[in-house]
Amino acid sequence: MRIFHDNRRFFCFGVMALLLLAVGFFQSWNLMFQIFNLCLISAVMALGVNIQWGYVGLFNVGVMGFAALGGLSAVIISVTPVQEAWLAGGTRIVSAGLITIIGAGLIAFVRYKLAGKITNYLTVVVGILTYFAARHFYIPGAGAVEAVNPALTGYLGGLGLPILFSWLVGGLVAGCAAWFIGKITLGLRADYLAIATLGISEILILIIKNEDWLARGVKNVIGLPRPVAYERDLQASNWFINLAEDFGADIITFSSLWVKVSYSLLFLGCLVVLLILFELALKSPWGRMMRAIRDNETSAHAMGKDIVARKLQVFVLGSIVIGIGGAMLTTLDGQFTPTSYQPMRFTFLIWVMVIVGGSGNNWGSILGGFFIWFVWIESEPVGLWLMELITSGLEEDSTLKEHLVRNAAHMRLLTMGVILLIVLKYFPRGLIPEGTK
Amino acid sequence: MVDIINAVTLLTNYVLLPGMTYGSHLGLGALGITLVYGILRFSNFAHGDTMAFGTMMTILLTWGLQALGISIYPLPTAILVIPIGVVIASVVVLGFDKFVYAHFRQINAPSVMFVIASVGIMFVLQGLIRLIIGPENQSFADGARFIFTAREFKEYFGLSEGLSIKVSQLMSLGVTTILVASLFWFLYNTTTGKSLRAYSDNRDLAQLSGINPDRVVILTWVIATALATIAGVLYGLDKSFKPSVYFQLLLPIFAAAIVGGLGNPLGAFVGGFVVAFSEIAITYAYKRFLAYLLPEGMEPTTLVQLLGTEYKFAVSFLILVIVLLIKPSGIFAGKTA
Repeated sequence: MRIFHDNRRFFCFGVMALLLLAVGFFQSWNLMFQIFNLCLISAVMALGVNIQWGYVGLFNVGVMGFAALGGLSAVIISVTPVQEAWLAGGTRIVSAGLITIIGAGLIAFVRYKLAGKITNYLTVVVGILTYFAARHFYIPGAGAVEAVNPALTGYLGGLGLPILFSWLVGGLVAGCAAWFIGKITLGLRADYLAIATLGISEILILIIKNEDWLARGVKNVIGLPRPVAYERDLQASNWFINLAEDFGADIITFSSLWVKVSYSLLFLGCLVVLLILFELALKSPWGRMMRAIRDNETSAHAMGKDIVARKLQVFVLGSIVIGIGGAMLTTLDGQFTPTSYQPMRFTFLIWVMVIVGGSGNNWGSILGGFFIWFVWIESEPVGLWLMELITSGLEEDSTLKEHLVRNAAHMRLLTMGVILLIVLKYFPRGLIPEGTK
Repeated sequence: MVDIINAVTLLTNYVLLPGMTYGSHLGLGALGITLVYGILRFSNFAHGDTMAFGTMMTILLTWGLQALGISIYPLPTAILVIPIGVVIASVVVLGFDKFVYAHFRQINAPSVMFVIASVGIMFVLQGLIRLIIGPENQSFADGARFIFTAREFKEYFGLSEGLSIKVSQLMSLGVTTILVASLFWFLYNTTTGKSLRAYSDNRDLAQLSGINPDRVVILTWVIATALATIAGVLYGLDKSFKPSVYFQLLLPIFAAAIVGGLGNPLGAFVGGFVVAFSEIAITYAYKRFLAYLLPEGMEPTTLVQLLGTEYKFAVSFLILVIVLLIKPSGIFAGKTA
């Protein structure tokens, strides 16, 4: 038992590696790397939530929104611009954007620099004027852009830069959004932050779904450029064919494995960099200050710490990491599908990862990301198998059996809930508690 | 003059009536949220799914009755089985309380732990709902659809705009009125109701005065679950039942509770109407309404719609942000700590 206690981290990750290896041996190596890649991305997102929750205790349930902003950035950075659409309505959309920014600036000026009752009236007047002025340019502009070849484009396109660049931009965009949300809600009660982040994430998805000029809405943007090689190019190159022969592997399987491993290396690099940065931060005076705020806000405040400012800082930092994760996910998928952003999958699942892994511990969040994603994926076949087993007594064509087997895929939600509740009740500090090695 | 009556009829049909109906659903939901918040001290994220669970149970029972050929035309059959649905949902929720929340109450956990536990329960409930009834849209409304249709109204009054009243609309308003009136009577006039409010105001003092905390907790859950189930069934009868939509209702319901002041029952109920009317009034296209009122030649050429209907949910959030910025404690001051 002592050995286990002293090397808990090592043991937990060892078990996780064995689980993944088992998938590789018993199912397929392609599937294993597919799961592994998403484990890595989940770990990045969990790391972001852990910074907010584990370091300071912020309850952010808008993970989905920040991840979607990262994904949107991947589209806007990597896709080639649609010249025609820019000519058709680009200027009008840009002017609408500028008007909104000027209006927001005016409102900020009115609220922060002027005093007295007049500020409220001025805010309303400026707000209404901005709305109508921006709308005047926006509606025809958006319509013109969406009318340009709607079956193929119908949007402004992107900047045509390498997609890896979007990881940085995605983080920054998510960080900016977090700054605004934090400015409004962090001074208030913790529950308000939760509701506000839940709301903003739903609205971000609504906007992405409905504003087709931005990223084609529900028509999806497919075929994003890849940061790694394409299978077809690999299969055509001689060095690769030779390599595959050396390994004695089927060229098609080997090429798709090659692509997945290249992605894994990219993601792993990103995760390691983030982990090192945040481990250093956690051990620094800054990290101690954050934990002090989490554990006793009043005393930290009495020590002269600016609670709201620090919370805002950490909220933005965590959201940047989530945004990076979102951009990574879209990069891996090679497409941007707004309908795939579901709060259970993108917000609450990440929360389960952080809680199960051990909040406050970066290693724990990474393990949680790996373990929970693994369970999420594998509970579908296992659930199906269980259902078949349970219903094996029933006749082949019974409707109850058919119904249960058809809905067995939803076992994963139930499994997640049960895991979360059990961990909360019996192991509230998670698999790798804060402060363990 | 006729134009003005036409305009008013139009607005009643498309804004006032739907707003009242939707407002009563949100109000009932928000009452549940606010009671749990006021008495058990946490934001219950599983409330939307509690609504869905209770509604699902009612739907299953309705199907059973329909198969037996029992109906209470012109009212929907679901009304008959709501009480059983409420009982089943309450038993399940009390089970969750016993196995999950009670533990956190015992160790005196911070309220955010309760919120996270409610997320776990949300997962379990959603899993159960999808496993039992599936994620698809279910329609279970039967009985008569309309008290009178728009065409009958037009012919009777000789107007060019019609007004239709659906059974589900009238029923939502009627049930809500009775329910809310009796709830407030219970909270303000009975000893048990007063003990609930006392517990909400000051837990320690209430316990010192001999109020049994376990009873308060059980009562709160039962009332909140009953309100949620009834709101869910009424909403499902008026629109339709889809698990994911019920989950999304969480946002307007929370907005309603916060707008009215979290922990304040009256505020929650009023907040429901504020949110519902804003949602409908902001996403309604006023073109025809204005065409009746403005002199000839000045009719608007556009739809005169402030926001597209697809942004319905965004409206509740906007109201929430405005209230948070201007008066964070809500219209009727709620709990501050």
